[in-house]
Amino acid sequence: MNPLEQAFAWVNDPLNWTNPGGILDRLGEHLVISVAAVAIGCLVAWPLGLWLGHARRGGGLVVVLSNISLAIPVIALLTILPLTFLGFGRAPVIVALAVFAVPPLLATAHTGVLQADPEARDAALGMGLSSGQVLRRVELPLAVPYLAAGFRTAAVQVVATAALASFVNGGGLGQIISAGFGLGMAVGGGQILAGGVLVALLALLADLLLAAGERAVTPRPLRRARRGQAGRA
Amino acid sequence: MSSPLAYVADPGNPWFSAQYLRDNSGTVLNALREHAELTGQSVLIAAAVAIPLAVAAYWFRRLTGPILAVTGVLYTVPSLALFAFVAPYLGTGTRTVVLGLVLYALLLIIRNTLAGLTQVPAEVRDAAEGMGYGRFGRLLRIDLPLALPGILTGLRLATVSTVALTTVGVLVGHGGLGQLILGGFRNNFYKAEILTGTVLCVLLALVLDLAIAGVGRLLTPWAARRVAA
Repeated sequence: MNPLEQAFAWVNDPLNWTNPGGILDRLGEHLVISVAAVAIGCLVAWPLGLWLGHARRGGGLVVVLSNISLAIPVIALLTILPLTFLGFGRAPVIVALAVFAVPPLLATAHTGVLQADPEARDAALGMGLSSGQVLRRVELPLAVPYLAAGFRTAAVQVVATAALASFVNGGGLGQIISAGFGLGMAVGGGQILAGGVLVALLALLADLLLAAGERAVTPRPLRRARRGQAGRA
Repeated sequence: MSSPLAYVADPGNPWFSAQYLRDNSGTVLNALREHAELTGQSVLIAAAVAIPLAVAAYWFRRLTGPILAVTGVLYTVPSLALFAFVAPYLGTGTRTVVLGLVLYALLLIIRNTLAGLTQVPAEVRDAAEGMGYGRFGRLLRIDLPLALPGILTGLRLATVSTVALTTVGVLVGHGGLGQLILGGFRNNFYKAEILTGTVLCVLLALVLDLAIAGVGRLLTPWAARRVAA
Protein backbone atom coordinates (compact mmCIF):
# COMPACT_ATOMS: atom_id res chain seq x y z
CA MET A 1 0.00 0.00 0.00
CA ASN A 2 1.26 3.47 -0.76
CA PRO A 3 1.04 6.16 1.95
CA LEU A 4 -2.12 7.64 0.49
CA GLU A 5 -4.00 4.33 0.66
CA GLN A 6 -2.65 3.77 4.14
CA ALA A 7 -3.91 7.19 5.16
CA PHE A 8 -7.37 6.44 3.79
CA ALA A 9 -7.42 3.13 5.62
CA TRP A 10 -6.37 4.83 8.83
CA VAL A 11 -9.04 7.54 8.61
CA ASN A 12 -11.66 4.94 7.70
CA ASP A 13 -11.10 2.95 10.86
CA PRO A 14 -13.81 4.15 13.29
CA LEU A 15 -11.68 3.18 16.29
CA ASN A 16 -9.09 5.74 15.23
CA TRP A 17 -11.79 8.36 15.77
CA THR A 18 -13.32 7.20 19.02
CA ASN A 19 -10.42 5.56 20.85
CA PRO A 20 -8.85 7.41 23.79
CA GLY A 21 -6.29 9.62 22.06
CA GLY A 22 -8.23 9.20 18.82
CA ILE A 23 -9.10 11.95 16.37
CA LEU A 24 -12.09 13.25 18.36
CA ASP A 25 -10.10 13.44 21.60
CA ARG A 26 -7.23 15.21 19.90
CA LEU A 27 -9.54 17.58 18.05
CA GLY A 28 -11.19 18.53 21.35
CA GLU A 29 -7.80 19.19 22.96
CA HIS A 30 -6.69 21.17 19.94
CA LEU A 31 -9.78 23.39 20.06
CA VAL A 32 -9.66 23.93 23.83
CA ILE A 33 -5.99 24.94 23.70
CA SER A 34 -6.55 27.21 20.69
CA VAL A 35 -9.64 28.96 22.05
CA ALA A 36 -7.99 29.58 25.42
CA ALA A 37 -4.83 30.94 23.78
CA VAL A 38 -6.71 33.28 21.46
CA ALA A 39 -8.93 34.47 24.33
CA ILE A 40 -5.91 35.32 26.47
CA GLY A 41 -4.24 37.01 23.52
CA CYS A 42 -7.32 39.17 22.92
CA LEU A 43 -7.67 40.08 26.59
CA VAL A 44 -4.09 41.31 26.65
CA ALA A 45 -3.61 42.76 23.19
CA TRP A 46 -6.88 44.49 22.40
CA PRO A 47 -7.12 46.86 25.39
CA LEU A 48 -3.44 47.67 25.08
CA GLY A 49 -3.55 48.16 21.31
CA LEU A 50 -6.68 50.31 21.42
CA TRP A 51 -5.26 52.45 24.19
CA LEU A 52 -1.88 52.86 22.48
CA GLY A 53 -3.64 53.84 19.26
CA HIS A 54 -5.92 56.25 21.10
CA ALA A 55 -2.97 57.84 22.88
CA ARG A 56 -1.03 57.96 19.58
CA ARG A 57 1.83 56.11 21.21
CA GLY A 58 3.78 52.91 20.99
CA GLY A 59 3.91 52.57 17.19
CA GLY A 60 7.55 51.54 17.39
CA LEU A 61 6.87 49.06 20.17
CA VAL A 62 4.18 47.34 18.11
CA VAL A 63 6.49 46.93 15.12
CA VAL A 64 9.45 45.73 17.18
CA LEU A 65 7.26 43.23 19.01
CA SER A 66 5.94 41.64 15.84
CA ASN A 67 9.43 41.48 14.31
CA ILE A 68 10.92 39.81 17.37
CA SER A 69 8.05 37.36 17.68
CA LEU A 70 8.70 36.28 14.09
CA ALA A 71 12.25 35.23 14.99
CA ILE A 72 11.42 33.22 18.14
CA PRO A 73 10.76 29.54 17.41
CA VAL A 74 7.45 28.32 18.81
CA ILE A 75 9.20 25.18 20.04
CA ALA A 76 11.48 27.32 22.19
CA LEU A 77 8.60 28.78 24.20
CA LEU A 78 6.85 25.42 24.31
CA THR A 79 9.91 23.86 25.95
CA ILE A 80 10.97 26.81 28.12
CA LEU A 81 7.63 27.74 29.69
CA PRO A 82 6.97 24.37 31.40
CA LEU A 83 10.27 24.82 33.24
CA THR A 84 9.17 28.14 34.72
CA PHE A 85 6.63 28.80 37.47
CA LEU A 86 3.85 27.75 35.07
CA GLY A 87 4.73 24.11 35.56
CA PHE A 88 3.84 21.25 33.24
CA GLY A 89 0.43 20.62 31.75
CA ARG A 90 -1.82 22.65 29.57
CA ALA A 91 -1.10 26.11 31.01
CA PRO A 92 2.38 26.58 29.47
CA VAL A 93 1.15 25.42 26.06
CA ILE A 94 -1.72 27.91 26.13
CA VAL A 95 0.52 30.73 27.30
CA ALA A 96 3.13 29.95 24.63
CA LEU A 97 0.52 30.10 21.88
CA ALA A 98 -1.06 33.23 23.39
CA VAL A 99 2.33 34.98 23.26
CA PHE A 100 2.43 34.47 19.50
CA ALA A 101 -1.19 35.60 19.13
CA VAL A 102 -0.49 38.96 20.76
CA PRO A 103 1.59 40.73 18.06
CA PRO A 104 -0.97 40.50 15.22
CA LEU A 105 -3.84 41.38 17.57
CA LEU A 106 -1.90 44.30 18.99
CA ALA A 107 -0.81 45.63 15.61
CA THR A 108 -4.29 45.55 14.09
CA ALA A 109 -5.93 47.13 17.16
CA HIS A 110 -3.30 49.87 17.03
CA THR A 111 -3.71 50.63 13.30
CA GLY A 112 -7.48 50.22 13.61
CA VAL A 113 -7.70 53.15 15.98
CA LEU A 114 -5.04 55.18 14.15
CA GLN A 115 -6.85 54.94 10.83
CA ALA A 116 -10.16 56.21 12.27
CA ASP A 117 -11.18 59.30 10.33
CA PRO A 118 -9.69 62.30 12.18
CA GLU A 119 -12.75 64.37 11.21
CA ALA A 120 -15.01 61.89 12.99
CA ARG A 121 -12.82 62.21 16.08
CA ASP A 122 -12.87 65.99 15.88
CA ALA A 123 -16.64 66.03 15.43
CA ALA A 124 -17.07 63.74 18.43
CA LEU A 125 -14.79 65.93 20.55
CA GLY A 126 -16.70 69.01 19.35
CA MET A 127 -19.96 67.38 20.42
CA GLY A 128 -18.54 67.23 23.91
CA LEU A 129 -17.57 63.56 24.13
CA SER A 130 -14.82 62.83 26.57
CA SER A 131 -11.60 61.18 25.47
CA GLY A 132 -12.80 57.81 26.75
CA GLN A 133 -16.14 58.21 24.99
CA VAL A 134 -14.38 59.01 21.72
CA LEU A 135 -12.45 55.77 22.06
CA ARG A 136 -15.52 53.70 22.90
CA ARG A 137 -18.12 55.25 20.62
CA VAL A 138 -16.11 56.45 17.62
CA GLU A 139 -12.71 54.86 17.33
CA LEU A 140 -13.63 51.38 18.53
CA PRO A 141 -16.54 50.89 16.10
CA LEU A 142 -14.39 52.23 13.24
CA ALA A 143 -11.61 49.81 14.21
CA VAL A 144 -13.85 46.73 14.15
CA PRO A 145 -12.86 45.56 10.63
CA TYR A 146 -9.21 45.77 11.63
CA LEU A 147 -9.85 43.91 14.88
CA ALA A 148 -11.60 41.19 12.89
CA ALA A 149 -8.70 40.93 10.44
CA GLY A 150 -6.22 40.64 13.31
CA PHE A 151 -8.41 38.11 15.06
CA ARG A 152 -8.45 35.96 11.95
CA THR A 153 -4.68 36.14 11.52
CA ALA A 154 -4.04 35.36 15.16
CA ALA A 155 -6.60 32.59 15.46
CA VAL A 156 -5.49 30.77 12.31
CA GLN A 157 -1.90 31.05 13.44
CA VAL A 158 -2.77 29.66 16.88
CA VAL A 159 -4.72 26.75 15.39
CA ALA A 160 -1.73 26.02 13.16
CA THR A 161 0.91 26.31 15.89
CA ALA A 162 -1.15 24.29 18.36
CA ALA A 163 -0.10 21.28 16.28
CA LEU A 164 3.44 21.81 17.59
CA ALA A 165 2.28 21.22 21.16
CA SER A 166 2.74 17.53 20.39
CA PHE A 167 6.51 18.03 20.67
CA VAL A 168 6.12 18.52 24.40
CA ASN A 169 3.29 16.02 24.64
CA GLY A 170 0.79 18.85 25.01
CA GLY A 171 -2.04 17.19 23.13
CA GLY A 172 -3.85 18.35 20.02
CA LEU A 173 -4.00 16.95 16.52
CA GLY A 174 -0.22 17.15 16.11
CA GLN A 175 -0.09 14.24 18.51
CA ILE A 176 -1.44 11.99 15.75
CA ILE A 177 1.49 12.93 13.52
CA SER A 178 4.13 12.38 16.20
CA ALA A 179 2.52 9.06 17.12
CA GLY A 180 2.80 8.08 13.47
CA PHE A 181 6.51 8.92 13.47
CA GLY A 182 6.83 6.85 16.62
CA LEU A 183 5.54 3.84 14.69
CA GLY A 184 8.12 4.31 11.96
CA MET A 185 7.58 5.29 8.36
CA ALA A 186 6.57 1.83 7.08
CA VAL A 187 3.74 1.35 9.58
CA GLY A 188 2.91 4.93 10.54
CA GLY A 189 3.23 6.59 7.13
CA GLY A 190 -0.51 6.59 6.57
CA GLN A 191 -1.19 7.94 10.02
CA ILE A 192 1.38 10.70 9.52
CA LEU A 193 -0.23 11.72 6.25
CA ALA A 194 -3.75 11.53 7.73
CA GLY A 195 -2.68 13.63 10.72
CA GLY A 196 -1.15 16.18 8.39
CA VAL A 197 -4.36 16.38 6.39
CA LEU A 198 -6.45 16.82 9.55
CA VAL A 199 -4.22 19.61 10.86
CA ALA A 200 -4.19 21.34 7.49
CA LEU A 201 -7.96 21.04 7.08
CA LEU A 202 -8.58 22.49 10.52
CA ALA A 203 -6.34 25.48 9.79
CA LEU A 204 -7.92 26.10 6.40
CA LEU A 205 -11.42 25.71 7.84
CA ALA A 206 -10.65 28.19 10.62
CA ASP A 207 -9.30 30.62 8.01
CA LEU A 208 -12.43 30.28 5.84
CA LEU A 209 -14.86 30.71 8.75
CA LEU A 210 -13.03 33.71 10.14
CA ALA A 211 -12.72 35.23 6.67
CA ALA A 212 -16.51 35.07 6.44
CA GLY A 213 -16.75 36.66 9.89
CA GLU A 214 -14.30 39.36 8.90
CA ARG A 215 -16.34 40.09 5.79
CA ALA A 216 -19.57 40.26 7.80
CA VAL A 217 -18.27 42.96 10.14
CA THR A 218 -16.54 44.97 7.41
CA PRO A 219 -18.72 47.63 5.76
CA ARG A 220 -19.18 46.95 2.06
CA PRO A 221 -17.08 49.84 0.67
CA LEU A 222 -14.13 48.71 2.77
CA ARG A 223 -14.25 45.13 1.54
CA ARG A 224 -11.17 44.74 -0.55
CA ALA A 225 -8.94 41.76 -1.00
CA ARG A 226 -7.08 42.52 2.21
CA ARG A 227 -5.41 39.16 2.78
CA GLY A 228 -4.34 38.74 6.37
CA GLN A 229 -0.85 37.59 7.20
CA ALA A 230 -2.07 34.28 8.50
CA GLY A 231 0.14 31.53 9.73
CA ARG A 232 3.61 31.20 11.04
CA ALA A 233 3.79 27.54 11.92
CA MET B 1 41.22 25.71 38.62
CA SER B 2 39.66 22.68 40.25
CA SER B 3 40.48 19.20 39.09
CA PRO B 4 37.94 17.69 36.70
CA LEU B 5 37.53 14.88 39.19
CA ALA B 6 36.65 17.22 42.03
CA TYR B 7 33.35 16.44 43.67
CA VAL B 8 30.66 18.96 42.69
CA ALA B 9 27.98 19.23 45.34
CA ASP B 10 25.05 20.14 43.14
CA PRO B 11 25.64 21.17 39.55
CA GLY B 12 22.06 22.44 39.46
CA ASN B 13 20.31 23.14 36.20
CA PRO B 14 21.03 26.77 35.30
CA TRP B 15 19.59 28.50 32.24
CA PHE B 16 23.05 29.78 31.31
CA SER B 17 26.04 27.54 31.53
CA ALA B 18 29.47 28.26 30.09
CA GLN B 19 30.39 24.74 31.09
CA TYR B 20 27.74 23.37 28.75
CA LEU B 21 29.04 25.46 25.86
CA ARG B 22 32.64 24.39 26.52
CA ASP B 23 31.79 20.70 26.74
CA ASN B 24 29.43 20.63 23.77
CA SER B 25 30.87 23.19 21.39
CA GLY B 26 31.04 20.56 18.63
CA THR B 27 27.39 19.58 18.94
CA VAL B 28 26.28 23.19 19.16
CA LEU B 29 28.31 24.24 16.14
CA ASN B 30 27.05 21.28 14.12
CA ALA B 31 23.47 22.16 14.98
CA LEU B 32 24.09 25.79 14.06
CA ARG B 33 25.68 24.78 10.75
CA GLU B 34 22.82 22.44 9.90
CA HIS B 35 20.34 25.15 10.79
CA ALA B 36 22.06 27.75 8.61
CA GLU B 37 22.38 25.32 5.71
CA LEU B 38 18.74 24.24 5.85
CA THR B 39 17.59 27.87 6.05
CA GLY B 40 19.91 28.99 3.27
CA GLN B 41 18.94 26.18 0.90
CA SER B 42 15.24 26.66 1.57
CA VAL B 43 15.24 30.42 1.06
CA LEU B 44 17.38 30.19 -2.10
CA ILE B 45 15.18 27.51 -3.65
CA ALA B 46 12.05 29.39 -2.59
CA ALA B 47 13.39 32.57 -4.18
CA ALA B 48 14.31 30.72 -7.39
CA VAL B 49 10.73 29.47 -7.64
CA ALA B 50 8.89 32.47 -6.23
CA ILE B 51 10.45 35.32 -8.20
CA PRO B 52 9.64 33.79 -11.64
CA LEU B 53 6.13 33.04 -10.38
CA ALA B 54 5.76 36.65 -9.26
CA VAL B 55 6.93 37.81 -12.69
CA ALA B 56 4.38 35.48 -14.30
CA ALA B 57 1.67 36.92 -12.05
CA TYR B 58 2.83 40.42 -13.01
CA TRP B 59 2.83 39.77 -16.76
CA PHE B 60 -0.34 37.74 -16.93
CA ARG B 61 -3.00 39.31 -14.72
CA ARG B 62 -5.16 36.21 -15.02
CA LEU B 63 -2.53 34.12 -13.21
CA THR B 64 -2.26 36.52 -10.25
CA GLY B 65 -5.34 35.18 -8.46
CA PRO B 66 -4.53 31.46 -8.75
CA ILE B 67 -0.83 31.90 -7.87
CA LEU B 68 -1.62 33.92 -4.76
CA ALA B 69 -4.44 31.55 -3.78
CA VAL B 70 -2.35 28.38 -4.05
CA THR B 71 0.66 29.82 -2.24
CA GLY B 72 -1.72 31.35 0.32
CA VAL B 73 -3.12 27.91 1.10
CA LEU B 74 0.41 26.48 1.40
CA TYR B 75 1.23 29.34 3.79
CA THR B 76 -1.85 28.72 5.94
CA VAL B 77 -1.22 24.98 6.20
CA PRO B 78 0.86 24.41 9.35
CA SER B 79 4.49 23.52 8.68
CA LEU B 80 4.07 20.38 10.75
CA ALA B 81 1.39 19.25 8.30
CA LEU B 82 3.62 20.16 5.33
CA PHE B 83 6.37 17.97 6.78
CA ALA B 84 3.80 15.22 7.39
CA PHE B 85 2.69 15.41 3.74
CA VAL B 86 6.22 15.14 2.44
CA ALA B 87 7.77 12.71 4.93
CA PRO B 88 6.02 9.48 3.81
CA TYR B 89 7.40 10.06 0.29
CA LEU B 90 10.83 11.61 0.84
CA GLY B 91 11.57 9.88 4.15
CA THR B 92 13.11 11.46 7.22
CA GLY B 93 15.98 13.32 5.63
CA THR B 94 16.89 16.94 5.11
CA ARG B 95 15.02 16.92 1.77
CA THR B 96 11.72 16.71 3.64
CA VAL B 97 12.61 19.70 5.78
CA VAL B 98 13.81 21.79 2.85
CA LEU B 99 10.73 21.05 0.73
CA GLY B 100 8.39 21.89 3.61
CA LEU B 101 10.20 25.15 4.30
CA VAL B 102 10.27 26.08 0.59
CA LEU B 103 6.52 25.57 0.23
CA TYR B 104 5.96 27.73 3.27
CA ALA B 105 8.28 30.58 2.19
CA LEU B 106 6.85 30.93 -1.32
CA LEU B 107 3.96 33.24 -0.44
CA LEU B 108 6.08 35.78 1.47
CA ILE B 109 8.48 36.21 -1.45
CA ILE B 110 5.82 36.18 -4.17
CA ARG B 111 3.57 38.68 -2.45
CA ASN B 112 6.34 41.17 -1.76
CA THR B 113 7.98 40.76 -5.18
CA LEU B 114 4.62 41.33 -6.85
CA ALA B 115 4.03 44.39 -4.68
CA GLY B 116 7.44 45.69 -5.76
CA LEU B 117 6.75 45.02 -9.43
CA THR B 118 3.28 46.57 -9.47
CA GLN B 119 4.54 49.80 -7.95
CA VAL B 120 6.92 50.47 -10.84
CA PRO B 121 5.54 53.82 -12.08
CA ALA B 122 3.57 53.65 -15.32
CA GLU B 123 5.62 56.54 -16.80
CA VAL B 124 8.80 54.58 -16.26
CA ARG B 125 7.33 51.56 -18.02
CA ASP B 126 6.11 53.74 -20.89
CA ALA B 127 9.48 55.41 -21.18
CA ALA B 128 11.22 52.02 -21.27
CA GLU B 129 8.88 50.87 -23.99
CA GLY B 130 9.47 54.07 -25.91
CA MET B 131 13.21 53.48 -25.72
CA GLY B 132 12.69 50.15 -27.43
CA TYR B 133 13.03 47.74 -24.52
CA GLY B 134 11.40 44.38 -25.18
CA ARG B 135 9.57 42.41 -22.53
CA PHE B 136 12.67 40.68 -21.12
CA GLY B 137 14.93 43.67 -21.48
CA ARG B 138 12.46 45.78 -19.55
CA LEU B 139 12.09 43.11 -16.90
CA LEU B 140 15.83 42.75 -16.32
CA ARG B 141 16.88 46.38 -16.70
CA ILE B 142 13.85 48.28 -15.40
CA ASP B 143 11.18 46.29 -13.53
CA LEU B 144 13.27 43.96 -11.36
CA PRO B 145 15.81 46.61 -10.27
CA LEU B 146 12.97 48.94 -9.29
CA ALA B 147 11.20 46.07 -7.52
CA LEU B 148 14.34 45.20 -5.52
CA PRO B 149 13.13 46.79 -2.27
CA GLY B 150 10.00 44.63 -2.42
CA ILE B 151 11.98 41.49 -3.28
CA LEU B 152 14.38 42.14 -0.41
CA THR B 153 11.52 42.69 2.03
CA GLY B 154 10.10 39.35 0.95
CA LEU B 155 13.48 37.64 1.33
CA ARG B 156 13.99 39.11 4.80
CA LEU B 157 10.54 38.04 6.00
CA ALA B 158 11.01 34.59 4.47
CA THR B 159 14.48 34.20 5.99
CA VAL B 160 13.47 35.22 9.49
CA SER B 161 10.41 32.98 9.55
CA THR B 162 12.33 30.11 7.95
CA VAL B 163 15.01 30.31 10.65
CA ALA B 164 12.30 29.97 13.29
CA LEU B 165 10.47 27.23 11.38
CA THR B 166 13.54 25.10 10.68
CA THR B 167 13.29 24.02 14.33
CA VAL B 168 10.11 22.13 13.44
CA GLY B 169 12.38 19.83 11.43
CA VAL B 170 13.09 17.94 14.67
CA LEU B 171 9.99 16.02 13.65
CA VAL B 172 12.14 14.18 11.11
CA GLY B 173 15.39 14.50 13.05
CA HIS B 174 16.83 17.45 11.13
CA GLY B 175 15.81 20.56 13.01
CA GLY B 176 19.21 22.24 13.33
CA LEU B 177 19.12 24.17 16.56
CA GLY B 178 15.68 22.68 17.15
CA GLN B 179 17.55 19.46 17.95
CA LEU B 180 19.19 21.28 20.87
CA ILE B 181 15.94 22.83 22.04
CA LEU B 182 13.91 19.65 22.01
CA GLY B 183 16.93 17.50 22.87
CA GLY B 184 17.44 19.53 26.03
CA PHE B 185 13.77 19.16 26.90
CA ARG B 186 13.91 15.41 26.48
CA ASN B 187 17.30 15.15 28.19
CA ASN B 188 15.81 15.67 31.63
CA PHE B 189 14.93 19.33 30.96
CA TYR B 190 18.50 20.50 30.45
CA LYS B 191 17.85 24.24 30.59
CA ALA B 192 21.25 25.36 29.32
CA GLU B 193 20.85 23.28 26.14
CA ILE B 194 17.33 24.60 25.51
CA LEU B 195 18.32 28.22 25.98
CA THR B 196 21.51 27.88 23.91
CA GLY B 197 19.44 26.61 20.99
CA THR B 198 16.87 29.36 21.41
CA VAL B 199 19.34 32.21 21.70
CA LEU B 200 21.42 31.02 18.74
CA CYS B 201 18.24 30.68 16.69
CA VAL B 202 17.14 34.25 17.39
CA LEU B 203 20.70 35.52 16.78
CA LEU B 204 20.90 33.65 13.47
CA ALA B 205 17.63 35.22 12.36
CA LEU B 206 18.90 38.66 13.37
CA VAL B 207 22.27 38.25 11.64
CA LEU B 208 20.76 36.95 8.39
CA ASP B 209 18.13 39.71 8.44
CA LEU B 210 20.79 42.39 8.87
CA ALA B 211 22.96 40.77 6.20
CA ILE B 212 20.16 40.82 3.61
CA ALA B 213 19.27 44.37 4.61
CA GLY B 214 22.94 45.32 4.12
CA VAL B 215 23.11 43.69 0.71
CA GLY B 216 19.89 45.51 -0.13
CA ARG B 217 21.43 48.86 0.75
CA LEU B 218 24.40 48.13 -1.48
CA LEU B 219 22.16 47.08 -4.35
CA THR B 220 19.77 50.01 -4.08
CA PRO B 221 21.94 53.05 -3.33
CA TRP B 222 19.16 55.31 -4.63
CA ALA B 223 16.80 54.25 -1.85
CA ALA B 224 19.30 55.19 0.86
CA ARG B 225 19.95 58.51 -0.84
CA ARG B 226 16.24 59.24 -0.96
CA VAL B 227 15.87 58.59 2.75
CA ALA B 228 18.87 60.77 3.51
CA ALA B 229 17.59 63.64 1.38
